[in-house]
Parts: sequence; C-alpha cells; structure tokens
Amino acid sequence: MSTPLENIDEILSQHKLSHDDYKHIKTILGREPNLVEVGIFSAMWSEHCSYKSSKKHLSGFPTTAPWVIQGPGENAGVIDIGDGYAAVFKMESHNHPSFIEPYQGAATGVGGIMRDIFTMGARPVASLNSLRFGNVHNRDAVSAHQRYLVRGVVEGIGGYGNCMGVPTVGGEMSFDECYNGNILVNAFNLGIAKSDEIFYGKAEGVGNPVIYVGSKTGRDGLGGAVMSSDSFTEASKSLRPTVQVGDPFTEKLLLEACLELFKTDYVVGIQDMGAAGLTSSSFEMAGRSGSGMIMHLDKVPAREEGMTPYEFMLSESQERMLICAKKGSEQAIIEIFKKWELDAAVVGEVTDTGHMELFWHGEKCADIPVDPVSEEAPVLDRPTARPAYLDTIAHVRIDDFSAVSNQEAFEMLFSTMEVVDKAWVYRQYDSMVQTNTVKKGGELDASVIRVKENGKALAMSSDCNVRYCYIDPKGGAAAAVMESGRNVAMSGARPLAVTDCLNYGNPENPEVMWQFAQGCLGIKEACAALTTPVIGGNVSLYNETDGISVFPTPSIATVGVNDDQNKVLMSCFQAEGNLLYLIGESRSEFGGSLYMKTLYNTVAGVLPAIDYDKELALWDLVIDANKKGLLAAAKDCSSGGLAVALAKMAATGSLGCNVSVRCDDVRDIFAESMSRAIVEVAPENAAAFEAMTGALACQQIGTVGGAVFTCNDVTLELSSVQEIYFTTFQKIIEQDI
Amino acid sequence: MKVGILQFPGTNCEYDTQYAFTMLGCSTEIIWHQETSISPTVDLLVIAGGFSYGDYLRSGAIARFSPVMQAVQEYAASGKNILGICNGFQVLTESHLLPGALKRNESLHFISQHHHLKVASTDNTFLQKMQKDAIVNIPIAHHDGNFYIDPQSLQELYDNDQILLHYCDENGELLNPNGSVDSIAGICNKEKTVFGLMPHPERAMERILGSSDGRMMLEGFITT
Repeated sequence: MSTPLENIDEILSQHKLSHDDYKHIKTILGREPNLVEVGIFSAMWSEHCSYKSSKKHLSGFPTTAPWVIQGPGENAGVIDIGDGYAAVFKMESHNHPSFIEPYQGAATGVGGIMRDIFTMGARPVASLNSLRFGNVHNRDAVSAHQRYLVRGVVEGIGGYGNCMGVPTVGGEMSFDECYNGNILVNAFNLGIAKSDEIFYGKAEGVGNPVIYVGSKTGRDGLGGAVMSSDSFTEASKSLRPTVQVGDPFTEKLLLEACLELFKTDYVVGIQDMGAAGLTSSSFEMAGRSGSGMIMHLDKVPAREEGMTPYEFMLSESQERMLICAKKGSEQAIIEIFKKWELDAAVVGEVTDTGHMELFWHGEKCADIPVDPVSEEAPVLDRPTARPAYLDTIAHVRIDDFSAVSNQEAFEMLFSTMEVVDKAWVYRQYDSMVQTNTVKKGGELDASVIRVKENGKALAMSSDCNVRYCYIDPKGGAAAAVMESGRNVAMSGARPLAVTDCLNYGNPENPEVMWQFAQGCLGIKEACAALTTPVIGGNVSLYNETDGISVFPTPSIATVGVNDDQNKVLMSCFQAEGNLLYLIGESRSEFGGSLYMKTLYNTVAGVLPAIDYDKELALWDLVIDANKKGLLAAAKDCSSGGLAVALAKMAATGSLGCNVSVRCDDVRDIFAESMSRAIVEVAPENAAAFEAMTGALACQQIGTVGGAVFTCNDVTLELSSVQEIYFTTFQKIIEQDI
Repeated sequence: MKVGILQFPGTNCEYDTQYAFTMLGCSTEIIWHQETSISPTVDLLVIAGGFSYGDYLRSGAIARFSPVMQAVQEYAASGKNILGICNGFQVLTESHLLPGALKRNESLHFISQHHHLKVASTDNTFLQKMQKDAIVNIPIAHHDGNFYIDPQSLQELYDNDQILLHYCDENGELLNPNGSVDSIAGICNKEKTVFGLMPHPERAMERILGSSDGRMMLEGFITT
C-alpha cells in the first residue's frame, strides 16, 4: 500500500501541512502516510474543515433554548416552529470561489447551502444572501472589476436558486473599499421538515451499506477547501480551476429524489459532499457514530477516465450525497435515484474497526483511524493583539469636519449604494415560487414566508453593519445580532435563533485574530441577552489580499415565528393620515455612521451605546401591539438614521410624510442610536398604542401622506425621492455595458 | 373536476399549481413525464412552470421529446383544454401546439416581479370570467419570456382573436418587460383549447401573497 513519499517538503507545502503536522500524522498512523492519506489529512486539517484557528473562540456560544431541536455540529440547525413542524436553516460563505469565478462561485454557494438543508430531511423554502463588494463607483479598473463581480454573483445566485424552485426572498448588500480584493458571498437557506423526521449525518450499524448518489465525480474543485484556507495574491487568478461548476438541474433532481427517499425508512444517515467532498462526508459520518468504514473508490461513478483514488477523495464536484442505509434496502434506493435519472452506487459499508479503509480495485490504498483525524486535528491558539488603529479612530467626531446642510447630507446619504433599492438585484431572483412569500426583497427589513402546513409565518433577516465591526469588533458583532433580531421583530415575529457566518481576514495576523475573538464575544453576549441562540454557522478566514484584510464581517441571520400568517407587519407607508412614532432614545451618536462614511469618507468614532433590555422591550412592544392589530407598519431605524429610514418607507409606500422631531443637534436625524424603530399607527389606534409603550421612549413625530417628503429641515418631492431610490443602483452597476 | 399537472425533471411549479386548483375545489393528479397516457378523467391538463431539463439547450426544447408528450398531442387533438404556464408555455410552442417562440428576455436578465396585464380577449374558456380590457396584477418570473412570432402569423393571431393578454402598466398602457412582440403575454390556439402564458396566475390566488387576481383566470376552467 505505501510507497514512501519522495520530495516530502514539496508535498507538505502543496498541501499546506507543516512538519509538525507530518510528525503528528506519522504518530496517528504508526507509519509513513502515502499520498492519498496526506491529501485526506490536508483537507480535514484545512482551516475550512477543521476550524483550527477559530475553534478556541467558538466554544461557549449560547446554543440551547426550549425550541432548539438541533444546535451546531450537524449539517444545519433546527428549531421547533409548532404543530409538529421544524425550520432547518444555516448560512455559509463562498467568498474565495466567488472572487475567482463570480457566477459559479456564487451558484455553487447556493447549491451547497441547499444541500445542507435537504440532507436534514427538509424541503428548502427560502433563501437569503449577504453580499459585500468593494468600490463600484469609480471609472478605474478596480471598480469596473467590482461591477463585473456584482453582475456575476447576482446572476449566479439567481441561476441556481431559480432553477431549484426555491425563492430567494431577500438579503443585504453593502460596499466598501476593504472588499476590493475579497468580496464576501454568504448564502442562507431555510427548509421546513416534520420535527420528528429530521435526518442526521451518521453512519452506523456494522454491515450497513454506504451509498453514493448524485452527480458523477470529476476533477473539478480539487483542493477547494485548501484553496479557501489561504490569502489571495496576484497569482490567485490561476486558482480558477479549483472552483466547482454548478448544475442546478441535477441538484433539483437530487432534492426530489432525496425527499422521496426520506418517505421510506431506509436511511440511517445522510450527508452532502461539500468542501473536501467524499473525504469530509465519510469521515464526519463515521466519526459522529464512532464507526469505521470501508469504501471501494473504483465503484464511485466517475465523470472522466483515469481518475486516481487521490482525486476521488478530494474532488469537490457538486450535487453529490453519501448515504448510510439499512442493509437490504440497496436496490430500492437505487431505483428511486434511477427514476430521477441520477447515479447511485453502493461504494462501501460500515465497520466496527474505527478505521477508514479505502480500496482501489481490491487493493487497500489508505487506512486511517477516523477519530484522531477530527479529534486530534490541530487546534491553534493564535496570538491576538488589539489593533493599533482603534486608538487613533476612537476620538474622531463629526464636529472635526466641515458642516454640511441637512438637505445636502440627505441627498448624499439617500443615494448611496448601501441605501438605494436593489431591484436590479432581487428582480433576477425568483422570489415568489412555492407561493408562500408574504414580504420580500425591496419591502424593507425582514423577509417573511407563510407556512402552509401550520398557518404561521417565518420571518428572516441577515444583517451586519461592517463599519460598526471595524470601529468596535465586539460591539459591532453584538449590534449585528441586535439589528437582525430587530428586523425580524418589526414584522411581528418573535426572533428565535440565529445562524452566523464569520468572515474575517488573515488569522495569522494577531490584530485580525483579536477582531475575531472579540466578534465571538459580542455574539455570545448579545445572543444570550436576547435569547436567540446560535444553532449553526460557518467561519471564513483568510479574506485578505496582498496583506489587506476585510473589515470584520460577522453576518448574522435571525429567524423568527409569527403565530398568525395573516398578521405580518409591513414596513412601507400604508395609508394617508396615519401617525408616525419614533420608539427608542435618540442621541448624537455618529460612530461608524453612514453619515461619517459618506460625507467625510471616514469610518471612525465610538460605537452607539448598546442596551439589550431596551432592545428586547422594543421587540416586545412591536410584537404585542401588532398582535392587537394596532400597527399599520414598522421599520427599524439603523444606517443613515431616522431621515433615511423614513425616506425608504415613503419611497416604497408611494406616500410622503411630514415629520418634525426634537433634536439636540440638527444633524441628529442622521444619527444611528440603536434599538430604535419607526411605527405607523392609524389615528383610531393611537391612544391604545401609546398606552402600551411603558418605559420606552416614544414620541409622535408626524403623519403619513401627501406628495412631499419632509423630515425637519429636509424636504424633497416624493417623486424625486423615488427617482433617486429606484434608479441609482442600475445606473451605477450597468455603467460599463 | 379533475386537473392533471405534468411533471418533467426540473419542473418546479407543479405543487403550486396543485395548491391553486385544490383551492378552487378541483381534484388533481401529478403526471410524471414517463407516463405514456393521460387518464380520460382529466378535464384540464396543465403544463406547470419551472426549468424542465434545466432549460438546457433551450427552454422546453428537451421536454418536448419526453414520453408523455405523445399523449399530450393526442389529448390536444381530442379538443380538451390545455394550459401552459411559463415553462409550460415554452413547452407548448416547442411542441407546435401553440405558434411562435419564446426567446431570451431583451435585458438578458431573469425577471421576477409583479406585473400588470391587460385582458385582450374573453371569448375563450380561460378568460371567460374576466372583463375585456380589465387590468390584473400577476407575477412574472422568467428568463425566456420574449415572445416572437413572424408578422404573418401575428396577423392570424389578431384575426382569430387568439391573443389573450398584453403586458401593461397599472393604468393599462402597454409596458414591455421582456421584448415580446406587441407586449404579448399569453395566446391560445385557433380552436381556443390550448392556452399559454408567461405570467403565473397560480401565484396570485391570495391577498396575503400580494394579489388574488389569478383566481378569476383559473376559475374560467372550472366546471361544476
């Protein structure tokens, strides 16, 4: 089996393994590894699969609550949504592949996250995405490339999701120079299953067959997990062949075949082949059950001739699943996949050896004890250091810059790419297939689908203000949890749990590692305080190019339940004559604000104050008042402050407003104090609503209606507000085509 | 009344369509593409939306050769009603059960949004419960909805009152989202038994989803 390896230094370097790792591998095996085994260790111990840099900081996340059915550790997390049904959801990154090849990178990101959901037995019913791009405004090559990436990523997400028949119901998108060299593409998917019919990624029962189903294996994506575990340089463009190619049609067949299979009782366990393909799926399934496994790699359906055991184990070909089935059900399972015109082959069986034994035409080509590969994977205690920049930016105030009139400031803020309507994007996503979408992209704040099975509605929102995370990595991450939950609550749903996607720079840089550690602390603190446990997620490190790391970007997606699908609260203005209230305390807080960024091109200052009790009180008020039918609309007040939030409500509702609000400083209509919301109330409900506000600050600030948008000294025709809001994005993104 | 709904590999609106017709009190049957016959008890055959065969090669071009399509041709020849929605419309033009073709949208982008439509003809089973010139709000979601037909055949469509729906704005002025000839959103055959449209009436059955205008369209087929 083992021919001693020559050029060991070169092999280790190609596999991003250290000499210490190599020594460790020899201890685990009790001998020299062969090339297949080196490949397996390399994939399993890559940052992407082993979380070796992040693991230390990921312990201690709040992960339980009475409604949590499955927390982190499986393909996706699961929560109880009542009446015997469960929501299965997760968010994952596909950053590196999307930068190298935007269409396929984004498409396969969507395909991967959907497989994570339906491998649990759930039908995917809604997708979100969280996208970060660099500067798209300039006429230079960097911006032109960024615009190309925007177009490719959006088309890729649509191309895959639309074909799958899974609605993309919303998402978020922002732009900053820090993403010029590393865009971020985070894909979220949610599925619905019966809560007592969840499937897990396990392989147990000696003699039970291991069945490979789905697409044939090719050489695409070879070494993708290892590629994603490194920083980019100019030479990274040559990595294009490591990006997988998606085939949504095959995945659609795989989805339907799996759902048909799940109606039988043949399945012991099932797992998708994502990063590190057959290697990670087989090791993880055996590892979770303490089993061993035999696989005959020559039985794996192959797309091309001449492939080697090494390539079969490390290919990241898409649309594949590994199933552990009950003995005797092999033929019935193969029939189901045959009906859907998919390959299915028995490739191995479960053993009690605790070893992964791989064979090639009857000859053993690898033999690795399963547990040590994951349990003894290197866990790094990387050095951390508080970034020096934090001291230099903390004292910056907007008073340091020349004053701008509110009218001018409004027109600048309201036309930024972050603020304007993204119809150019979400119009390319089928948002209505499956006929459940109640509130979708473009309708502000959370997206909402109704659940046909139990009459409830699920609200979901993905958020992260990356400027906050830059000026305060811990507080910014906490703020992302707060904002995501707040958006969900504004639709009348109770936030129940979150999934996170932690995108950071190079962990070998102590300052980045500090940002990461602080981000984890912020999420832990906020999720505990708001009782929205983390039920799954993903870490993406090495988002760095030529030494420049992205801003800390912990994307947070919260899911909540609204008990009555007929009481989904909207966010755009609803009716002439309704009253507007601002809930929560407003202060002159501009740290990390859109105002400072847009007017002064500066990301600095002190993060607006965090108060979890007030945040929860705000959620409770909106949820309870909505249950009583007292609210017409609600929207959170965040980036760009009160004026921008109101203008969005006006533009999308096609109604003006006349608002006058008390301010300490005239610029405070753009301040970003947290835990605030605007609610719209019909006059006849005003008294009942005001009686509910309790200790929360609440002021009536004006009325909805007319053809003019007015907020203190800012005035603009509604038609102009809409012109800016609805046309800017396309003008910028399509300027070169 | 029984509605049969075709399911090709890659179809993804079959259950939405089933849900919609169930709401209207119909019994339904999903018909797998490998079937070689269609039950005589099926009163209306719907070719649902989606991406049959991944829309590879050309939308609807491969589905046309599925085993069930021979039975569909016979079903059509018998004079019973067929409705093709979105990908179903594409399958019908590819099978020559309806004239014209559906090309890539002029913008080259997939377009998903609510869109207004103006009813052009009510002298047919499908739209018999609507008013002529009525404006309805129905979702569209397609990449290949750009209806093309040569001028002579277009004239025949007008002469025979085969044009069902035009894309328009909320005031009824023609508005063309995808480049379709004369903003045409849906047509029928000369015999007024085979209907095809790009918009999705099955997605506009309930106020909670933004519009219930699709109800009155599908109700045209309902016989009690």
